Amino acid sequence: MRIRALIKRICEQMLRDKRTLALLFLAPLLVLSLMHYLFNHTGDVADAKIGVVGLPPQLTASLEQQGLDAIAYDKADKDTLLQDQLDAVIEMQAGSIHLILENSDPSQSKALQMKIGQATELLAGGMQQQGQAATSPKPGVTVEYVYGSEDTSFFDTLSPILIGFFVFFFVFLISGIGLLRERTTGTLERLMSTPVRRGEVITGYLAGYGIFAFIQTVIVVIYATMVLGMNLSGSIWYVLLTNLLLAFVALSLGILLSTFAASEFQMVQFIPLVIVPQIFFAGIFPLEHMDTWVQVVARIMPLYYGADALKGVMYKGLGFPDIAFDLSVLVLFAALFILLNVVALRKYRKL
Amino acid sequence: MTAATVKVEQVSKSFGRKTVLSKVDLQMEEGQIYGLIGPSGAGKTTLVKMMVGMDLPDEGRIEVLRTAMPSLSMLQQIGYMAQSDALYTELTAEENLKFFASMFKMSRREQKQRIAYAAELVHLTEELGKKVAVYSGGMKRRLSLAIALIHDPAVLILDEPTVGIDPELRQSIWKELIRLKTSERKTIIVTTHVMDEASKCDQLAMVREGRILAEGTPEQLRQQYDAADLEEVFLRAGGVTL
Repeated sequence: MRIRALIKRICEQMLRDKRTLALLFLAPLLVLSLMHYLFNHTGDVADAKIGVVGLPPQLTASLEQQGLDAIAYDKADKDTLLQDQLDAVIEMQAGSIHLILENSDPSQSKALQMKIGQATELLAGGMQQQGQAATSPKPGVTVEYVYGSEDTSFFDTLSPILIGFFVFFFVFLISGIGLLRERTTGTLERLMSTPVRRGEVITGYLAGYGIFAFIQTVIVVIYATMVLGMNLSGSIWYVLLTNLLLAFVALSLGILLSTFAASEFQMVQFIPLVIVPQIFFAGIFPLEHMDTWVQVVARIMPLYYGADALKGVMYKGLGFPDIAFDLSVLVLFAALFILLNVVALRKYRKL
Repeated sequence: MTAATVKVEQVSKSFGRKTVLSKVDLQMEEGQIYGLIGPSGAGKTTLVKMMVGMDLPDEGRIEVLRTAMPSLSMLQQIGYMAQSDALYTELTAEENLKFFASMFKMSRREQKQRIAYAAELVHLTEELGKKVAVYSGGMKRRLSLAIALIHDPAVLILDEPTVGIDPELRQSIWKELIRLKTSERKTIIVTTHVMDEASKCDQLAMVREGRILAEGTPEQLRQQYDAADLEEVFLRAGGVTL
């Protein structure tokens, strides 16, 4: 009986709250539509740098005509590609073409593959005209991927970013609004009229909300990798570690920004200002070919480093040394925000 | 009388261009209920906040128990009750008391005793297990007072303590405040609008536009303004002609 009454009450409440209802039903549609657009986006190959090994000059010329930056090598493998930051290596051996794709941006890889395919076909056609068709058939193309595989979709590179983002966003929101309520109800002020130290208050909040952030992070990571089957090439422990650091940054940032909000409404206003831009700069769009200022902006955003590390571990299978830099930047962000928090509490007590 | 426990010397404070307090001198003593009366916005709350060390004076100094404020260790000796109730409504009254009690240096046994005492004082013993969210306005105010008393402070600073409390309970709270001052020699500083309460104070200061217009016992103030009661003093001090 109680359960039925509960269900009835909840339904009534929901039906009266049209906006929440709309958010519940329409927001997923919107997000899915956006994702759909992103998936089908063809990568930009204009500035792509490719290494060529033993390629006929006509083919190289044809690739360069298409706007690719071709660099000739005597010998090139995956390591050369990584060292010289190439997007692909094309090698011709005994009439067949071997293609190595960096593939950190699958849409770019697909586009590259298409261009190279066109170029080789053009070449084959040209040779036929010269009457050599019998001796050299259209060369076969074998493809090798540095990261991921031919099944790699855009979503595989996106999912690490999304995990990081959701952890960041919800921890930010919950900690920010949680502390804001303490500020508006006056409990924080009352707390500051006791001999508690400012550092103790901040530590308490970080640990208290930290527990929930930790649980949330574990759930999100496990769900994403085990249930959704997201690509996980590296260690799950590094994924957890990175997400925890991200959560910690979000936690301290949420608490800090709640200082500058007078109400829950004002706290929510920080979302489009602080949270949303971070998604776009976190690597959903490849930033390497964008203007310098864009890259500078990206580097002041915590999510940029978190996403970079997550992408490294989950997609590229990188280990600790490769993500150590990203992680230490996150630690620095958290330390900075925590310090500012301790200072900001002076608003309530000058000591 | 005895030694001064709270000293306010030449204290001035302004927020931006607005001067909230200018050159305020006050002295409160042990075993005394000191009333700060005056209209809203007179600077009473700013003054008591500075006594707690939550705000700093621009000029002048404030001493509590011969220690310059702000002082973290002195907060162990000060009980402060703000105008807003400032309670965790999701928690029960007992959990609230326990939480604030644990902010002070107190043994576990002491904590238990103090919670029982403070709850009894404000007649909330029966309601301790209830969530504060279901409390009435008066009950919240009482709980708030109990929290201010939880660590047995030598100086009790109450910012409008009896707002929203019914006359019967108000009387019992005042009875307790008087007992605290006489038998435990506490210094109690109260801000109030209620003139009936002001008359129960040992010493009164009339605060208006950041200045102390008059200071003295209720009787002295009445004589000074040639008024029949404190209400009239209040109005006359504000320049209202009767």
